[in-house]
Amino acid sequence: MSEGEPFIRFDWIVDNLDEIAQRLGEHVLMVVASVAVGFVISFGLAIVARRYPRTHGTILAVTGTIYAIPSLALFVLLIPLTGLTVATGIVALVLYTLLILFRNIVTALEGVPPDVIEAANGMGYGAAQRFWRVELPIALPIVVAGLRIATVTTIGLVTVTTFIGLGGLGYLIINSGTRRFFPTSIYVGVLLCVVLAVLADLALLWIQRRLTPWARARQA
Amino acid sequence: MQDAPGAIVAFEHVTKRYGGPDTPPAVDDLSLTIPAGEICVLVGPSGCGKTTSMKMVNRLIEPTSGRITIGGEDVMSLPPVELRRRIGYVIQQVGLFPHLTIGDNVAVVPRLLRWKAPAIRDRTDELLDLVGLEPAAYRSRYPNELSGGERQRVGVARALAADPPVMLMDEPFGAVDPIRRDRLQNEFLRLQEKVRKTIIFVTHDVDEAIKMGDRIAILQRGGILAQYDTPAAVLANPASEFVERFVGADRGLKRLSLARVRDLDLIEAVPVRAGEERADVRRRLDRVEELDYALLVDAEDRPIGWIDQADLTGGGPIDAEAATPGAPTVEPETTLRDALSALLGSSVQLGVVVDDRGRAIGLVSVDAIGERLRAPVRSADGTLHAVGDPVEAAL
Repeated sequence: MSEGEPFIRFDWIVDNLDEIAQRLGEHVLMVVASVAVGFVISFGLAIVARRYPRTHGTILAVTGTIYAIPSLALFVLLIPLTGLTVATGIVALVLYTLLILFRNIVTALEGVPPDVIEAANGMGYGAAQRFWRVELPIALPIVVAGLRIATVTTIGLVTVTTFIGLGGLGYLIINSGTRRFFPTSIYVGVLLCVVLAVLADLALLWIQRRLTPWARARQA
Repeated sequence: MQDAPGAIVAFEHVTKRYGGPDTPPAVDDLSLTIPAGEICVLVGPSGCGKTTSMKMVNRLIEPTSGRITIGGEDVMSLPPVELRRRIGYVIQQVGLFPHLTIGDNVAVVPRLLRWKAPAIRDRTDELLDLVGLEPAAYRSRYPNELSGGERQRVGVARALAADPPVMLMDEPFGAVDPIRRDRLQNEFLRLQEKVRKTIIFVTHDVDEAIKMGDRIAILQRGGILAQYDTPAAVLANPASEFVERFVGADRGLKRLSLARVRDLDLIEAVPVRAGEERADVRRRLDRVEELDYALLVDAEDRPIGWIDQADLTGGGPIDAEAATPGAPTVEPETTLRDALSALLGSSVQLGVVVDDRGRAIGLVSVDAIGERLRAPVRSADGTLHAVGDPVEAAL
């Protein structure tokens, strides 16, 4: 810590509220976009894996391998394709959500009790009706659990995109924080990240409870 | 809503193979006709094709060859999804939808059929009522708040929702404990009295088959129909050694559970009250050849005990103390099996049949029950067979 630099400078926070708000906005946007795109792709992959069970292992292996690539290395791999644009950041973040979301959606759908499926067939649901009206609603709690993990993970990962000129709150933590060691900026970035993660998690939990009142109803 | 009556269901030379033409069939050339409004129980050991046979009716499994008709109409003439909406379906694990309320569960098929909302609401309440669940209390609850027996009732209500002429029930009471099962069976039989659907009921439990079936179809491994007849006829005249073994060595006793005391010709009792003259009673008892005991009754004709003929020597009034206490009482609705059990436990081996106010209306003896077992039994086709005669021998 440099001489005379206070632990936290509130005047800096007040002076830079606009910048902080802008970074927070970027951060939220990147998280929402990545998780949303990641969810759509994972959902599609999960349907493919259920329809053609043999693809399940392959999809799991590929998404697992991607998940294992360090984030900086993944950016380097993507830059030739998408350059130093927001697309690179989103693509990377989307790729990281796939393993979590795909695995959760598949597990959730597999968890629908076989007797429920048999009853649905026996009562005359078509395959699509059965999927949308029976299987998916029953799978919802576990699907949302996956979304929560993916969202919180992504909120953390966004900061890393600072290295390709993005970063949202990560910009506050890494760029302005390290250029000239300046702890206030780091604290603000980290704190907002944590608050964002907790709020997102609670919001999703609240949505899940609203959508699945039956999951809380217990034996009388 | 006026419930539609059942429709005739017929299997015509139905065969199902899961592999090519060289694989052994799961169901082999099955032909049987289930009259409208009757319960036909498919029963047999595992691997006998009973569930496969049932599932071919709503095309959850497609037959390899042969034809199944409902009310004369080939089940293949409708798309499977439409066919299934016209057939009630109840399974052992019930398969209620956990994410829907009880009301919405019952409303599933009417919704698939796009009934209007008010009609669905009325029908849901009517059905919950019918299966003995108070609509106001149950409508908005979720399945995991209900007991196993309640869930099973909802399952039956759901199957009846769109008023199908035919219901398929796959071991519907298999997952509940014996006491609740007995109650659910009785409830269901009472319900069937009202709705009169044609029901195909699958079970591996021969006692359940005998109790529930108007007719039972006994299948053996390889999907071969071993016998198709009324429970009484199957028990009295098993068509083969397989059937005989399958229904069990106690089939005589099982037949007793099919008949009730009211089916017997009752023996007239010789009732006496305390204080009557011994000589009088002796004279009255002597007139009844098969009876060695007079029945001591109280002022309301309720049985107290037996007066042995041997104790009626001499004169003087009957002393209530001299009676052998504990005459077993049975009701006209008691099954012969329970009656026999009560009689065997008492020293006199006579049972007093009492009316709903406990008054003696006649006697039943172990001999009369045994005689009933030896009487000829009528088959589903109307022919009478002496007991023990294999059906083939009688043809």
